[in-house]
Amino acid sequence: MGQLTIKVPDVGEGIAEVELVSWSVAEGQPVTRNQIVAEVMTDKATVEVPAPVDGVVGALTGGVGDVLLVGSPLFTLEVEGETGERTADPAPPEPPSQPANAAIIERAMEAAAAGSSDSVGGPNTDAATHSVPTSSANDGEQPKKAPPAPQHRMAPAATPVPSGRPGAPRPEGRRPTATPAVRRRARDGGIDLRTVSGTGPAGRITHDDLDAVFAAAGTGGLPGSGVGRSAGLRPADDGFDDQPIVGMRRKIAQQMVSSMSTIPHITYVEAVDMTALEELRATLNTNRADGQPKLTVLPFLVRALVNHLPDFPQMNAHVLDAEGQNNQGRQGGTSTLRLFGGVHVGIAAQTDAGLVVPVLRNAEAETIWSAAGRIGELAEAARTGTAGREDLTGSTITISSLGSLGGLVSTPVINKPETTIVGVNKMTTEPVWIDGAFVPRKIMNLSSSFDHRVIDGWDAARFIQAIKQSLEQPALLFVDQP
Amino acid sequence: MTAPEPNTTPETTATSAVHTGVLIIGGGPGGYVAGIRAGQLGLDAIVVDPQPMGGTCLNVGCIPSKALIHAADEFAVAVAQATTAPLGISVADPTVDLAKTVAWKDGIVGRLNRGVGGLLAKVGTTVMVGTATVIDGKTVRVTSDDGTTTVTADHLIIATGSAPAELPHIPFGGGTGDDAPTGFDAGAVEVISSTGALALSEVPKRLVVVGGGYIGLELGTAFAKLGSAVTVVEAEAELLSIYDRELTRPISRTLRSLGVEVLTNTRAKSVDGDGLVVTDQDGAARTLAADKVLVTVGRRPVLTGFGVEHLGLTMDGPFLQVDEQCRTSMHNVWAIGDVTGEPMLAHRAMKQGEVVAEAIAGQTSAFDPVTIPAIVFTDPEIVSVGLSPDDAANDTATIVGTFPLSANGRSMTLNADGGFVRVVARADDHLVLGIQAVGQGVAELSAAFGLALEMGARLEDIADTIHAHPTVGEGFAEAALTALGHPLHI
Repeated sequence: MGQLTIKVPDVGEGIAEVELVSWSVAEGQPVTRNQIVAEVMTDKATVEVPAPVDGVVGALTGGVGDVLLVGSPLFTLEVEGETGERTADPAPPEPPSQPANAAIIERAMEAAAAGSSDSVGGPNTDAATHSVPTSSANDGEQPKKAPPAPQHRMAPAATPVPSGRPGAPRPEGRRPTATPAVRRRARDGGIDLRTVSGTGPAGRITHDDLDAVFAAAGTGGLPGSGVGRSAGLRPADDGFDDQPIVGMRRKIAQQMVSSMSTIPHITYVEAVDMTALEELRATLNTNRADGQPKLTVLPFLVRALVNHLPDFPQMNAHVLDAEGQNNQGRQGGTSTLRLFGGVHVGIAAQTDAGLVVPVLRNAEAETIWSAAGRIGELAEAARTGTAGREDLTGSTITISSLGSLGGLVSTPVINKPETTIVGVNKMTTEPVWIDGAFVPRKIMNLSSSFDHRVIDGWDAARFIQAIKQSLEQPALLFVDQP
Repeated sequence: MTAPEPNTTPETTATSAVHTGVLIIGGGPGGYVAGIRAGQLGLDAIVVDPQPMGGTCLNVGCIPSKALIHAADEFAVAVAQATTAPLGISVADPTVDLAKTVAWKDGIVGRLNRGVGGLLAKVGTTVMVGTATVIDGKTVRVTSDDGTTTVTADHLIIATGSAPAELPHIPFGGGTGDDAPTGFDAGAVEVISSTGALALSEVPKRLVVVGGGYIGLELGTAFAKLGSAVTVVEAEAELLSIYDRELTRPISRTLRSLGVEVLTNTRAKSVDGDGLVVTDQDGAARTLAADKVLVTVGRRPVLTGFGVEHLGLTMDGPFLQVDEQCRTSMHNVWAIGDVTGEPMLAHRAMKQGEVVAEAIAGQTSAFDPVTIPAIVFTDPEIVSVGLSPDDAANDTATIVGTFPLSANGRSMTLNADGGFVRVVARADDHLVLGIQAVGQGVAELSAAFGLALEMGARLEDIADTIHAHPTVGEGFAEAALTALGHPLHI
């Protein structure tokens, strides 16, 4: 038997640290090659770390929520001494775009069923996004090579954090390991410990594991049992439930704080008359060829952005904070505004785990139809959790839409380090005074936020007015720019 | 506890009837603990026993034997100082007055008897001194000097314990089947049980112990130290055959140094005027001259002679079958302790006593230990919790770490550096499956060993626990480190 130490993989793009999201196995559990052992999360995506070879999991480093440096030990595998079984190149089923470790499988967080909205369509999106720094931004900020893992950054081994998720299954016939107090508590609660997975060392069932079981049983028992429900009342409840903010949620929280505390937002709202575009969209959808995706509003909005961003390059840009500038925004050096040639549109999408922002790359090279198809693919990937890092990084401007939940107005948070986010509100039919009479028109608001450090209100207004004009007279979308 | 007299049908001088929530037959470690816990839980409880509270353990078992063993050890130390004076201490011609030793032991027992009675009284549990006869699953007749009382109970707990097993061809005493060390005329060979051995007023010159299990070796060693010429007769090929040879080797060594003759593969046949007739594995007979023959060939559950056999309870071999909460096959009839199976140990019965009282009180308690520690108070002591290396290896790949106490500083300062601590763990996740130790004073390590198993400790947990220096317990951490491949002091 030999011991193999599997390190936190280099997920590329200068990422120096990852957050441990979950363990899929317990210490002492046999695993087969490519079996997922852990999920770690970068700024952009959740990365599954598989076992590189068959073996038995030794020590797991760190608890859920711990931040681990790339290159620091993640777990150990007890492996047979012989290596003859390994093939030269396993050619895993994962997409070949992984730069660092071919065995790394990436995927986006589990996505909510993306109920496509008829009015706006695309993935369910949110009025706010989390920051998705691009590779180029990171290249400027962070050294490529990760520093060696200092010991104090490493989470102590064998200290699982309450996860609420089941641990690895126990090998057949093994008696559950649990302390006498846990056993008594389980008995009192009517729980057969043989049915409970342990997240503790050696698969020990902890009080936290029981908490999770009790919590699950508690919510499961609620429907139909609420005495006060029929009267619209609930019994007074003075309790509270502390839940750790970890994983995706913690990352989102950090990005939101970072964005709001460093970027002075200016938000501008304008109503757009979508009647003509809706007629065009209906016609195109009715006559679309077999296999063509159904058009939503989003590809039209993307086209409008693509058409007008050359006149407003500061809207398709990143602000690269200067070295020494702290997150309170105090200046310690010169910041850079990086203007992009291509338009990479992030489309904020809500998933079960939180926000993800799949990216429509090089939207300037897409037609309405191809963009619609690509957006559909990205939405599906986000929903099924199969979006790769390529799909989730590198946006230069972001669209945020809640579809039919879009409301009247929103105040989107800029997807740092971008400068512009366009929020799409709900489309409604409104009476509009035209030529001496009220006529029904389809009205949709755009609520857009801009980085006021680099974008003046005047320019913001001109940009949105140009978008509005293109959407209200959709023929303009297809006319070459003068 | 001691078996109630089967043939006691005294004249009824008075008859009364009482009702109680819980009636516990037997005031041993199981019964009295059940009584205490029942009282704590507000249950109306009665404990019935003809003997002082504490059962075999307290009256004629664990406690008195440990007292005798301690006295023998002290004497042996005194003799050693008087002869070889290894520590430079001079002692002149030590002698032992066994009657006085026994009186000291009886004082301890009496104090504990009263203590248990006080604990029961404190929680409001009644003690009835008398012999119980089970009429049915809810009715028990209690006979005492004061008369007969019919007790009806909602719940009946059978806690009648065990008694020394007898060899049919070598009956105790004078053939009455009684334990009492009487029966033969003075000078004749007397067959005694452990109970009788603990009540001797003189150290026998020649003691033959039949049965090389833990009781025979504990008492045989003690008497050897007190001056008896001891012979141990064991039918099996090994002494303490439930333990592996590695564990028992230090005991064999001590027996040899004490001049104890050990005859394995040898069967006791009969007693004649000179001693015990035995045959070896070839059938050759010889007589072992003896003043006393101590028969320690195990114990049998006390389940006959007091009516419980008429309940038709489901048996598990010679024992009552019980579930995790100590329920028998009859509704509201419960059983705990030695009548429910092996290992017949006081601490098992005590835990069952707690469990059964809590179960009767409607709690969900269950008897589900990871391990029941076992200790042999030989010289040196043996402790075993959980699985032996061989047993563990039947189920899973294991790693074993053994640390010799010859490398332990504290053991050296105790002038006792024989023995070792051994840890058995699962190879894949290092969960500790068993811990054994042999050495002077290792009995006290059973607390740490038991805790480690119950808490689901891994080798790393033990190795990373700071063990105080200098203690024998350091050997525990070192054994874990040995299993992990990096012991410090070896």
